[in-house]
Amino acid sequence: MTDSTEAIKTTALHALHVELGARMVPFAGYDMPVQYPLGILKEHQHTRDKAGLFDVSHMGQVRLKPIASAGVDPAAALETLVPGDIKGLAVGRTRYTLFLNEQGGILDDLMVTNAGDHLFLVVNAACKEQDIAHLRSKLAGLVEVEYLADLALLALQGPLAAEVMARFVPEAATMPFMSCRSAQFNGVPVTLTRSGYTGEDGYELSCPNDAAEAIARALLAEAEVEAIGLGARDSLRLEAGLCLYGHDIDTTTTPVDGALEWTLPKRRRAEGGFPGHAIIVQQLADGASRRRVGIQPEGRQPAREHTDILDADGTKIGEITSGGFGPTAGAPVAMGYVDRAHAAVGTPLTLMVRGKPLPARVAALPFVPQRYYRG
Amino acid sequence: MTVKYTKDHEWVRVDGDVATIGISNFAQGQLGDVVFVELPEAGRVLEQGKEAAVVESVKAASDVYCPVSGTVTEANQALVDDPSLANSAPETDGWFFKVTLSDPSQLDALMDEAAYAAFVEESH
Repeated sequence: MTDSTEAIKTTALHALHVELGARMVPFAGYDMPVQYPLGILKEHQHTRDKAGLFDVSHMGQVRLKPIASAGVDPAAALETLVPGDIKGLAVGRTRYTLFLNEQGGILDDLMVTNAGDHLFLVVNAACKEQDIAHLRSKLAGLVEVEYLADLALLALQGPLAAEVMARFVPEAATMPFMSCRSAQFNGVPVTLTRSGYTGEDGYELSCPNDAAEAIARALLAEAEVEAIGLGARDSLRLEAGLCLYGHDIDTTTTPVDGALEWTLPKRRRAEGGFPGHAIIVQQLADGASRRRVGIQPEGRQPAREHTDILDADGTKIGEITSGGFGPTAGAPVAMGYVDRAHAAVGTPLTLMVRGKPLPARVAALPFVPQRYYRG
Repeated sequence: MTVKYTKDHEWVRVDGDVATIGISNFAQGQLGDVVFVELPEAGRVLEQGKEAAVVESVKAASDVYCPVSGTVTEANQALVDDPSLANSAPETDGWFFKVTLSDPSQLDALMDEAAYAAFVEESH
C-alpha cells in the first residue's frame, strides 16, 4: 500500500494526459488517466476495433544481471522465486509467471523476458517496491537487481496495432506473440515486446522517459490510434479473463486456486525449488478447495468486486473479485472464487447485489476470444 | 415549470403536483457511460434524501437519492431499455422517475439552476 502522505508520482506522459483532457485519478501511488474525453465505453470498443495507446509507465521495469564473481545464471536464480520455466526461456522470448510465498500464495504476477545478457522483468506498480526488495533480499550476492526508473512503458493494443507499429518499426509486424526485441523507433532505442493485457494483439514498448512523449505523440498521430485510460484497460482485461493482482489473485490465493495451472510447467512441478512447491503439488493432485471462475450475471446489472456468491440453498460459496460491464460482451461480466463443487461451467449461482438476489452462472473464460498474433 | 437541484446532483422539475426527477448533466459526466439503471416501481412511497434508484456506469454503482418526498407514479422505461439516455439527454429524455409531491415546501430548500451551477463550480 502507498502511504497517503507520500507525494503522488507522475509518469513521463503526465503533461500529455492532462493536455488530452484525461480525468486523472490516483492509482498505485501515481496520478494516472482513468479515461479521456472519449469515455471508457468508446475507448474500450476502439481498442477492440482498431488500436489503443496506454501509458503503463507506473509498472516496474527491472533488470536481473549476472554477477561475474557469483557465477550464477539469473534464470536459475529467478526460478527459486517463481514456478515458471525461466531456464528454458529462449533469448527474445517472454513469459508470464508469479512470485510466490512459502504457502504458495501469489506475491505478484509479472512478465519475464530473456534479453540475452540479462532478464527483463515487468511487475505491477502497486507491488514494485516490495518485489524489488524481495528480489534483492532473496537473490543477494547472486544477481544484480537494477530498477529501471528512467524507462517509460507504453502499450499499443488492438487488431490494427501491428499495422501501426510496423510503420515505425517494420520488423514488428512478424514478431510472434510473447517475443521481444530491441528496435529503433524514430531513431530512439526501444525494447518492443509483442504482449499486452487486453486480450488483443499488440505491443509493449519500453523507452527512455525523455523519449516517451514524442513516441506517444507519433503513435497518437496515426488515424487508427486513440489514447485509452485505465478504466478501459480494466474492462478489456476482465473480458479477456486476465487477473488483476490484488483483486483476482493475492497472497491468499495459490496458482491452483487461481486457475493458473498453465503457469506451472511439468519440469517445475516435478523438480520443485520454488516457494510453496509442496502445497501446490498437493493441490494439483487433490484439487484446491476453491477456484477462480468466470461469472455471467443474468440481465444487465453488473455485479461488482466483493459481491457475495450463494448456492441454490442460500449458503455463501464465494465472492466476486472483479466485476463490471463488458462493452464487447454487451453484458455484465465478472470473475470470482467459488467452492470447488460449484466451479463447473454452467453451474447456477446467486449473486447478492445491493441486498437482492441476482441469478448468474459460472461462465467459461475468456468472455471475449483472445486474438494474439501467433505468426 | 421550475427546475431545482440537490447537492447530490439530482434535478427535480415540478409541473403542478408532479415532480420529474433525474441526474444532472454534471453528474452523468462524473459517472461516465451509464450501462444500467434500477428505478423505483409505481406506487412506491419515497422519502426525501433516501435511496430511490441505482445508476451503474462502466466503472461504478451509485445511488440516486429522492430530492423530495412523494409517491412514484411512473418510471422511465425508455431509460431502462437504453441507459445511455442518462448520458446523452440527462435533463430531458433521460429522466428517472416521477412522483406526486407529498410536501411541496421541500422544494424551497433546493438550489435553482444558477445556485447549482455555482455549487458545481465551487466544489469541483
